[in-house]
Amino acid sequence: MLAPVVHILPLATLRRERLLPVPGRVIARMDQKVTSLDVVAEAHYGQEHVLIDVARLFGVQPEAAQRLIQVKAGEMVTKGQSIAQRMGFVPQILRAPGNGLVILVGDGAILMEGGEETFELRAGIPGRVTRQIPERGVEITFNGALVQGVWGNGLIGLGVMLPVITAPDELLSLNQMDVGLRGSILLAGHCNDPEALQAAGDMPVRGLILGSLSPDLISLAAQAQYPIVVVDGFGLRPMDSAAYQLLTTNAKREVTINAEPFDRHTGVRPEILIPLPVTQEPPLPRDVETFAPGQPVRLTRAPHAGEVGTLAKLLPGLTALPSGLHVAAAEVRLDSGEQIVVIPLANLEVLG
Amino acid sequence: MPASLVDANSLLAVDVGTVTSRAAFFDVVEGHYRFIASGNAPSTASAPFRDVSEGVSQAIENLQMITGRKFLGEGHNLIIPASEGTGVDTFAATISAGPALKTVVVGLLGDVSLESTQRLARSTYARVVDTIGLNDARKPEGQIDNLVRLRPDLILIAGGTDGGAERSVQRLMEIVGLACYLLPADKRPALLFAGNQKLTDEVKKSLLPLTSSFSISSNLRPGIDTEDLQPAQRALTELYIQVRRSQMNGVDELNTWAGNTLMPTASAEGRIIRFLSQVYDSSKGILGVDLGASAATIAAAFNGELTLGVYPQLGLGEGLANLLRYTSMENILKWIPFEIPAEAVREYLFQKSIYPASLPATPEDLSIEQAVARQSLHAALKSASKDFPRKVRRAAFGLTPYFEPILGAGSVITRAPTLGQGLLILLDAIQPMGITTVILDQNNLLPALGAAASRNSILPIQVLESGAFLGLATVVAPYVNARPGTPVLQARLINQNGNESLMEIKQGELEIMPLPAGQSGRLYLQPYHNADLGFGPDRTREDGIPVTGTVMGLVIDARGRPLRFPEDGARRCEIIKKWLWTVGG
Repeated sequence: MLAPVVHILPLATLRRERLLPVPGRVIARMDQKVTSLDVVAEAHYGQEHVLIDVARLFGVQPEAAQRLIQVKAGEMVTKGQSIAQRMGFVPQILRAPGNGLVILVGDGAILMEGGEETFELRAGIPGRVTRQIPERGVEITFNGALVQGVWGNGLIGLGVMLPVITAPDELLSLNQMDVGLRGSILLAGHCNDPEALQAAGDMPVRGLILGSLSPDLISLAAQAQYPIVVVDGFGLRPMDSAAYQLLTTNAKREVTINAEPFDRHTGVRPEILIPLPVTQEPPLPRDVETFAPGQPVRLTRAPHAGEVGTLAKLLPGLTALPSGLHVAAAEVRLDSGEQIVVIPLANLEVLG
Repeated sequence: MPASLVDANSLLAVDVGTVTSRAAFFDVVEGHYRFIASGNAPSTASAPFRDVSEGVSQAIENLQMITGRKFLGEGHNLIIPASEGTGVDTFAATISAGPALKTVVVGLLGDVSLESTQRLARSTYARVVDTIGLNDARKPEGQIDNLVRLRPDLILIAGGTDGGAERSVQRLMEIVGLACYLLPADKRPALLFAGNQKLTDEVKKSLLPLTSSFSISSNLRPGIDTEDLQPAQRALTELYIQVRRSQMNGVDELNTWAGNTLMPTASAEGRIIRFLSQVYDSSKGILGVDLGASAATIAAAFNGELTLGVYPQLGLGEGLANLLRYTSMENILKWIPFEIPAEAVREYLFQKSIYPASLPATPEDLSIEQAVARQSLHAALKSASKDFPRKVRRAAFGLTPYFEPILGAGSVITRAPTLGQGLLILLDAIQPMGITTVILDQNNLLPALGAAASRNSILPIQVLESGAFLGLATVVAPYVNARPGTPVLQARLINQNGNESLMEIKQGELEIMPLPAGQSGRLYLQPYHNADLGFGPDRTREDGIPVTGTVMGLVIDARGRPLRFPEDGARRCEIIKKWLWTVGG
């Protein structure tokens, strides 16, 4: 049976395409080393449009209005510039309401684009530019440790990771918010304290990595001005031991926290990336696995949610669960002890 | 379409869901179409595959193992037509996988064309992200900017009766056209126009080049008081498939295998429900409910008139993270047979939205999942019932109309640990009235039959009559205004062997009279206190009602409509446990 895979890897190679939403200019050069916050491409596009209905304003038919328009598509206009004129005893002049680009002229109307902004595409992951995609973006290759999460608030941060926990089930509290943590990326267990989230933003920190988050705080976390990644899920559950061990081992290193929201359809996930030197490029992680004995697995639902273990045996046929469901299941030896538990395959994801 | 079984063909039908891909095989056995077997595999529509083919192939391979018949040849190609016991003669496919289409609806007036367009959007896996109408307070440029920002997958335009308003529709089209023009070519939406037919040439000329797929159907509001959704629904079905073809790998191939008849799962379910309501003459409606990860689907047909409601926001997958926008926590908690903090339910909703395929392993987790299922299905039916024809028969305003039968699908119902639990989810969520039969689609055959119906009208009927669906219960639900504990009904069942059983039912009770599958009998009902069984207050059929045995037998649901719960938490838990115990735990 096909198995979902989540990456918690001490050393891996990642190749990621970073693409502009609209065509633009690629800034990063081939082989350039980039941090996650470096701008690799940019695009200019208008944020606001203005539709000027010349025919209606002059009180004429669209065909007639068309002849009175003085600007063409693609032309830049400045505020106050005459864009249409109607002759007569009292000539009527229509002026541009602001600076902008004429996008379209037709049917006696003008569509202008104003409020141009530059969209800057950041690298998102640290690494080396290994491919340029003309007008769209780049491919970046990363070497280092990788931990994928399940929830992110859409921001990117870069900084030194400092643990504020000594055990994976510790709660993040307000009194842990020491000024010495300012500018760092915090590694914490569970958070159910809105004041702790608020204080982290006030310091400010450059990011927060949580094992789990209270569902009551999701909207607060989503609005935070610093990136937040949740590794395991919602509700009081410890950070899984694989992620905890990997992250604490790399404490005080510079890490990137890319809190992209989890999108099951595209496969985009929030990630924590820790660049590490390599002599030989490690293999690309496998995105597709089938369940097999010996695989490290993470348990996603109660009981044992968030625990990590090894798939010991795939059980034949269907297995009865305490809930009464009969499902495909496996025996899993939990890392937390030598306990072997029976878990539905649907509640397992392979760590790889 | 075969005129007779001489032309009969075997059929392989595939359904691609968000969580599971399913393959079902039908063939002729002793002169009749039969469902033979089905095979399942995890869906591969999402990452990392983002290609439905792998999941479909695995489901078919699973089916091959079960049947011993080979369907796939070299390179995982479908063997079609059948030859010497391998392959299959016809292939049908349906799909519900993928995020709901981001949809913008455009029309003139809120209670006319916009309302109909909203209803049209509800007939497929769509999420309405903006509505543009005449009474929109925004400036045109504000509407354009919002469309550009939203990047919809689909735009539905209606407005103007035939021969009616033109200029206002043209103005709306202008806004849509400008927004589409501003979008990058690869991000342009699909578009369906179902408005004033006088404008179709103009719409085609101006909007076709600016859209990824384009369709025109007849006016869904040809007159101010007339609504005709069917042609637009058909066009939308095709457009939905076009969008999926551009979004997901493997959909094109699936459509080719199906001879360009790939359908959205909900449309196929709707088609078979409408078909059944035409075939089986009934003064009641026919109801099909499907609670899946992608959506909650309600298909109700009254004399061939279908109301199809697809509610992605009420599905048991990713949508759960936002479920509390559409229902309250209290309405979920009330179904759970033990005291549990709201926090636990919130955790469940968010965790399940991350892992839609995960399963409840503990009794507590199962209770939460089933409570959520009840409330999602109830909310979906409540929403869909606003679109039911006004003339449908109901015991009282706001109650579920009379249906016969009710078909239930979706693994939370059909794969519940006991059949009684599946039945109770349906009874609690639907709260049926009068006398009805509850049938389970355990093998998810409804979409397959719906997809096959256009090419083979014999197959659905013969499969339905073959026992491929599970007759779960005959339900008797009186409507009565009486105090709990008041006798409201006497039921006397005489089975085919002449054995008689008698039961007096009090208001508030849920009782079962066994009548096993394969047996039949006659049921004599005597209502009291103006109890209405669908014949009118205190009225009954003196000659009795013929009943056929089902796995759960005759279920008499006198718990009251709508269902009410004691305010005392402990008492509420006790009652729910008692109901559960009555249906077998």
